[in-house]
Amino acid sequence: MSNPALESPKPSPEGLPKVHYLNVDYGIRSWLFTTDHKRIALLYLASITLFFVLGGLFAVLIRLELLTPQGDLLSSESYNKVFTAHGVIMVFFFLIPSIPAVLGNFLVPLMIGAKDLAFPRINLLSWYIYTVGGILTLGALLAGGVDTGWTFYAPYSTVYSNSHVMLVAVGVFINGFSSILTGFNFLVTIHKMRAPGMTWFRMPLFIWSHYATSIIMILGTPVVAIAIALVGIERLFHIGIFDPNIGGDPILFQHLFWFYSHPAVYIMILPSMGVISEVICAGARKKVFGYSFVAFSSMAIALIGFLVWGHHMFVSGQSMYAGMVFSVLSFLVAIPSAVKVFNWTATLYKGSVAYTAPMIFAMGFIGLFTIGGLTGMFLATLGVDVHLHDTYFIVAHFHYIMVGGAIMGYLAGIHFWWPKISGRLYPEGWARFAALIIFAGFNLTFFPQFILGYLGMPRRYHFYPEEFQVLNVMSTAGASILAVGYAIPLVYLIWSVRYGPAAGPNPWKAKGLEWQTTSPPPTFNFDKTPLVTEDAYEYYSAAPAESAAGLTPEKQVG
Amino acid sequence: MTDHQHHVVPVKVYIAILIALLVGTAATVWAARVDLGAMNIAVALAIAIAKATLVVLFFMHLKYSEKLTWVFAAAGVFWLAVLIGITFSDYITRF
Amino acid sequence: MHSGHAAGGGRPPALAHHFDDLEQQKEASTLGMWIFLVTEVMFFGGMFTGYAVYRALYHEAFMAASDHLDLKLGGINTVVLILSSFTMAMAVHAAQTSKRKAIINWLVLTIILGSVFLGIKYVEYGDKFHHHLVPGPHFEFAGAHAQHAQLFFSFYFAMTGFHALHMVIGIGLLLWIIALAARGRFSAEYYNPVENMGLYWHFVDIIWIFLFPLLYLVGHHK
Repeated sequence: MSNPALESPKPSPEGLPKVHYLNVDYGIRSWLFTTDHKRIALLYLASITLFFVLGGLFAVLIRLELLTPQGDLLSSESYNKVFTAHGVIMVFFFLIPSIPAVLGNFLVPLMIGAKDLAFPRINLLSWYIYTVGGILTLGALLAGGVDTGWTFYAPYSTVYSNSHVMLVAVGVFINGFSSILTGFNFLVTIHKMRAPGMTWFRMPLFIWSHYATSIIMILGTPVVAIAIALVGIERLFHIGIFDPNIGGDPILFQHLFWFYSHPAVYIMILPSMGVISEVICAGARKKVFGYSFVAFSSMAIALIGFLVWGHHMFVSGQSMYAGMVFSVLSFLVAIPSAVKVFNWTATLYKGSVAYTAPMIFAMGFIGLFTIGGLTGMFLATLGVDVHLHDTYFIVAHFHYIMVGGAIMGYLAGIHFWWPKISGRLYPEGWARFAALIIFAGFNLTFFPQFILGYLGMPRRYHFYPEEFQVLNVMSTAGASILAVGYAIPLVYLIWSVRYGPAAGPNPWKAKGLEWQTTSPPPTFNFDKTPLVTEDAYEYYSAAPAESAAGLTPEKQVG
Repeated sequence: MTDHQHHVVPVKVYIAILIALLVGTAATVWAARVDLGAMNIAVALAIAIAKATLVVLFFMHLKYSEKLTWVFAAAGVFWLAVLIGITFSDYITRF
Repeated sequence: MHSGHAAGGGRPPALAHHFDDLEQQKEASTLGMWIFLVTEVMFFGGMFTGYAVYRALYHEAFMAASDHLDLKLGGINTVVLILSSFTMAMAVHAAQTSKRKAIINWLVLTIILGSVFLGIKYVEYGDKFHHHLVPGPHFEFAGAHAQHAQLFFSFYFAMTGFHALHMVIGIGLLLWIIALAARGRFSAEYYNPVENMGLYWHFVDIIWIFLFPLLYLVGHHK
């Protein structure tokens, strides 16, 4: 059968559509009061990029300080504030919202053939809430910062810290509602607004992963909200809830905190995994291997992910027996992730693989996520974690997943759907170059940290023994390369909005309803409600006309 | 699947539930006055759960709602049980 | 799956542009509200978890502390809130049967009952202040369990405080729904906001159904 590899996308002779969601209305009010999910996605894109840069600046400070073994750039207290700022911003204001708020908001209605999300005004509200939370947190940083670590452990956060805990707590608390509103919007939309013919098992895997993510968002976020609220109450009213002096248990805070914050890491990675499924299938011109396994694995990750939080608390004073149970469950949660990696690899096997930028990011994801995930297994082993807890091994582990995994997935998705979002093609050569720079820079930054952690360098310290300097210098060098790698797409993506060639409706010749409408799409997405007659990823169906459109001929749009 | 969305619950059902809830309240106060040792908390929770169930099924119309709503309501209860149960498992095994 | 009832002539004014028909809109709206309530279950659930842990650890202290709560006022409040759930359910019933005046009357009754609840809570809180039972630097508790009793009162104030906050928000929302009802917005064809208001209100009632025995009935009040 003929299954040629995808070529680099060619400019479309049709040009851009005359009226689309970007030019249908002009002026700041049309953006700030929009209810169009696509515009809201772009509002989020702007805010999230801003926070990413800010979080990155704090990372720069960390890596600069760690060039030398002495704590000479910053005082200890300042360093504590810097890594706290880095963590709070990156976790709550970048990673958790990123793909769902940008790509999810943009694509979920398109992929299921709907005109918008179920609750468009609540969608806009979620962006405003996110912005308010962000401003409060930035205010706290400007006022002098917080030094508790992004984990806010009691009793330091509740009693002893002299920094702006309240302000950040309020900012993060408010931001949580943004997450909850996004999650519940997706759930209702996916349940109630799929186009005719789009059964659950014909949905793109991106939708499955966002569904699973939304489940986590609505079930977990409220618990961290109450944990933070109680910290705030304890601080404000001097009421002891986690205060050991009146019999309170600081570990209770950790239970409530990690009940959310562990599933939160799945909020950060599941959407990325959804992106990878889409990109891999398009880039290999092949149906995904084991669709239902991949779909169910998203749900399994969401479910089992709620049962393992105690693995962050092995050395906290938690019961050893509970620790053992958490350890076993943490091994189990790796299985569905492994299923995905296996299935993506099997999808690539004997596919016609193209090395476009999204594919480079996606394949990078698969490798780096695997390393991050496997190192998670070491940490899930109770005995090993006793030695590695609070060392740089942990830092490397989660950065492999969050940066090597989630962010690579985010970039893969941004590039893959950029033509749909902007109507323009980005420069493929520069994008491939950036992807490779990012891959190289990332590994140079974080692989040495595995070794450092193994050798015993603790995290959250700004001075260290002399013998760790070489590895730290390597890490900082890698970070500078990584920073350059991130800067490049910022430049060419913005450039492409004005000067990129027109993309046309389907530059990747991909399957999926989002490619059956113009680039950029009209405000209500489709001229006619699509009718879905085939499964997802039918890349080599028998009849070319039907398979190219995914629609019966009468209902073809455009 | 459409009709039950607009199912109008008869007023006398609401009145019956109201009376049941008031009886339940009286029962829980009365049961608290009796020393049942460790069973006191179990009885109190059982009565509260029964009252809550009546409110959910009839006042909140869950009985007449589609299955999907049942799934979400059950999920909420289940996840609450996970939170409390697993957290508790730490405390009761700290020897 | 929604084939959508053919929107033959004009679309009903209550139908939003992105839905196919009122039925789809109602299902989405109701499901959304239930999901929101699930988040509220988890929110309060965090506090119930903490409460459960400490009650198990310090049972004697919790019993002694609970004896300082006014069982009569707590009991009256429970009855008041249950009645308000009834009036709220009747308001939804009135909306489903297109009785505009009845909707408003039942909602007003609900607000009155809700306000009575808050009034009684205000009295209770005042009493606690007066007896130095508010956790913090001014806390005083006679007897052996002072330390852990303070923990009880921390949870008492946190849980009933958040509950009261939800009541206040609920009353605000009820006023808004009354305004809409007065303008004739609700009928058997479209009454989603009233139904959703009911779901929220009943949920707040359910939280109290658990708070009452757990906070007021720990000891045996002999």
